[in-house]
Amino acid sequence: MIKAGIIGLGKMGLSHAAIVAPHPDVDMVAVCDTSSLVLDAFKKFSKVNTYTDYVKMIDSENLDCVVVATPTRFHYPIVKYALEKGIHTFCEKPFSLTLKEGEEMTSAAKSRQLVNQVGYHNQFIGTFRELKRLLKTGILGELFHFTGEAYGPVVVKEKGGTWRSDPAEGGGCLFDYASHVINLVQEVMGKPVKARGTMLKKIYSKEVEDAVFSMLTLESGLTGVLQVNWSDETYRKMSTSLTIQGKKGKIICDATEIKIYLKERNEKENLDKGWTIKYITEFAIPVNFYLRGEEYSAQIDNFIGCILNKKQSEINTFEQALYTDKVIELLIEDSKKK
Amino acid sequence: MMDKVLFGDNQFFAVNHLSDEKSREQAIRFKDDSTIIRVLDQARETGINTFMCTTHDRIANICDHMRANPEKYKDFKIFPCMPYAHKYANAVTDLGIIGTIKQYVPGNIFSTFTKGGVAFLTKDFIGLMQLLVDAEMKMFKGISTPVIFLQNVVVDMILGLKMLDVFREYDDYIRKKYNSEPGYITMNMPALLDALNSVGIENPVICSSINKIGFRMSGGKAVYEKYLNERTFRPIAMQVLAAGALKPREAIEYLAQFPKIESVLFGASSKGHIQETKELIEKAMN
Repeated sequence: MIKAGIIGLGKMGLSHAAIVAPHPDVDMVAVCDTSSLVLDAFKKFSKVNTYTDYVKMIDSENLDCVVVATPTRFHYPIVKYALEKGIHTFCEKPFSLTLKEGEEMTSAAKSRQLVNQVGYHNQFIGTFRELKRLLKTGILGELFHFTGEAYGPVVVKEKGGTWRSDPAEGGGCLFDYASHVINLVQEVMGKPVKARGTMLKKIYSKEVEDAVFSMLTLESGLTGVLQVNWSDETYRKMSTSLTIQGKKGKIICDATEIKIYLKERNEKENLDKGWTIKYITEFAIPVNFYLRGEEYSAQIDNFIGCILNKKQSEINTFEQALYTDKVIELLIEDSKKK
Repeated sequence: MMDKVLFGDNQFFAVNHLSDEKSREQAIRFKDDSTIIRVLDQARETGINTFMCTTHDRIANICDHMRANPEKYKDFKIFPCMPYAHKYANAVTDLGIIGTIKQYVPGNIFSTFTKGGVAFLTKDFIGLMQLLVDAEMKMFKGISTPVIFLQNVVVDMILGLKMLDVFREYDDYIRKKYNSEPGYITMNMPALLDALNSVGIENPVICSSINKIGFRMSGGKAVYEKYLNERTFRPIAMQVLAAGALKPREAIEYLAQFPKIESVLFGASSKGHIQETKELIEKAMN
C-alpha cells in the first residue's frame, strides 16, 4: 500500500482527500491544515492523523506521496520539503507564483526521479483527449485559427476578502481560470510562445482581473485568441472550450461534447462530410470512485499508477505546468505594454 | 412503497450532462416559475405524483404555489435532495468555510468559550448538520416529503473521507425530526451500500446511475448488476438514458431485468416525452 498525506484542506484538498482515501492501492494516513475546524471534523469522524504543520507530518509519517492543495504561495516551501524527503508529489494548479521557484521544484523532482504531477484536470477529460488525437491525424488540414475560452460565475458582485482577491497570492482570473485554458491549448495544440494585445480586465474585483483577453502565437506559428471571464453568471459552473479551424474543417470541443465539421468525408476516422457530434459518454475514462467528474479520479489514478509502476507521469508534469506559468508571465508582461 | 415513476428537475435548472449548449437553452426556456409549474402540471396530468428536486432557491416558489392550491396538489409529493451544492460551493470559494457557515446557519453554532484566558471554539458538527438540514427543509413546510435525500456530492464526499458516522446521524435525524425515510444519491452505489450497512443502516433508499452502457457507474457495470441482484436495498435508477446516449426503449428494457429497482427518476420538458417515458417504464417494469 502507498502511504499518502494531504496538505491543505480547502475545496480542492477535501475533494482530493475523498478520492485518494478510497483508492484501493492507497492508505491515506494523514492530513494537514491550519484550520482547526476542518481538522476537528477529521479527528471526530475519521481515523487519519491530523497535523497543523506539514514539516511535522512529513517527518513523522513515513509517506510515499503527498497531495499539496494549499493556496499557491505555499506550494514552493511545501513541495520542496516533500521532494527533499523523497516523497512523490501531486501539486494543485497554478504551480508557482515565480518562475524561479517553479524551476527549482521541477529540477528537484527530476534529479530525484520522483513522480510529479499538477492538477490540470482537463487533460483527463475524454473529449479533450479525443480532440488532441484527432488533431494529430491532421484531420483539419492546415490550421489557421483557434479560440480557447472559459467562462463561469466565480466573482459576480463587488467584494474583497479571500486569497483569491490578492494578486500577490495568485488570486485572479489569470492564475485561477485562464491557467486551465492556457495549459489545455499548450498540451492539445502546442506551446504558446508569444502574446499580443493582452488585456487583464477588472470587472467586479478591485485588486485582481476578472477577465483575460489575449492573442497567442504557438510554436508552430498558429495564432488564436484566448478569452476567459470568471464574472459571467450566465454559466452555472466553469465551462471551458476549444475551437480550432483548418482548411478542411473545424472542431468545437468542451467537457461534454466534441462537434466536428468536415468539408469532405474522412474514411479513416469514419467521419461524414458536414457535422458529427460525439458525447462524453463515449470518451469518459472509467474510474472506481467518482466525485464531481471522472477527471478528478482519473488524474489521481494516473499519479498513483506511476508510483506503483515506478515510472514518470507523461501528463501534467511539473515541467508542463511550469511552461504554463511561463505563458502566464508572458501575458502579464504583454498586458503592461503601452 | 415509492411511486414507480419519479419526475426530476434537472431540465428546469440548466443541468444537462451531455451538452453545455442544451443546458443554456433550458435556462432560457425555464426563466419563469410559471413555465416550470406548467410542465409539472403536465406531468401530474399523466399520473406522476412525485417530484424529486434539489433545494434550489426557485423550488421555494414552486412550494408556495403548491401551498396556495392545496386541493390541486393534495396527492402530490416532493422528494427533496439537499443541499443545492453550487450555492455552498460558490460561497466557500467566496467566503471560506467559516464564512459560509455564518451566512447560511441561523444563530451561532460555534460558541466561543474562554478557558484559562484563551478563547477556543466548541464544534458541534452534528448540531451543525441538523441546522443545515432544517434550513434546507424550511421551504417544504406543509408539503408531503416522504423521502429526503442527501445529494451525491455530499454523500460521495463523506463516503470518500470515510466519515461514516455522519450517515448514521443523518439517518436518525431525518427519521426522528421529519418522520421521513432518509435517501442517498450517489455515483458509487456498491461502495455506499457497503458503507451504510457497516454503520447499521439496513435496506436504504439509494438513487444511482443505472444504465446499459455503464455511464457514471463507478467500479463498472458488473458490480452494480451483482448488487442489484443479490443485495438488500431500495434502488432508484437515475441517468437511465445515460444523458441521452440511449434510446428510451432500450434503456428501460435494460432496467426491467432488475425487479428490485423500486423507482425510475427521469426529467423531460414536453408532455409527449413525459407521457411516452412514463408508459414505457410502467409497461416494462410492473
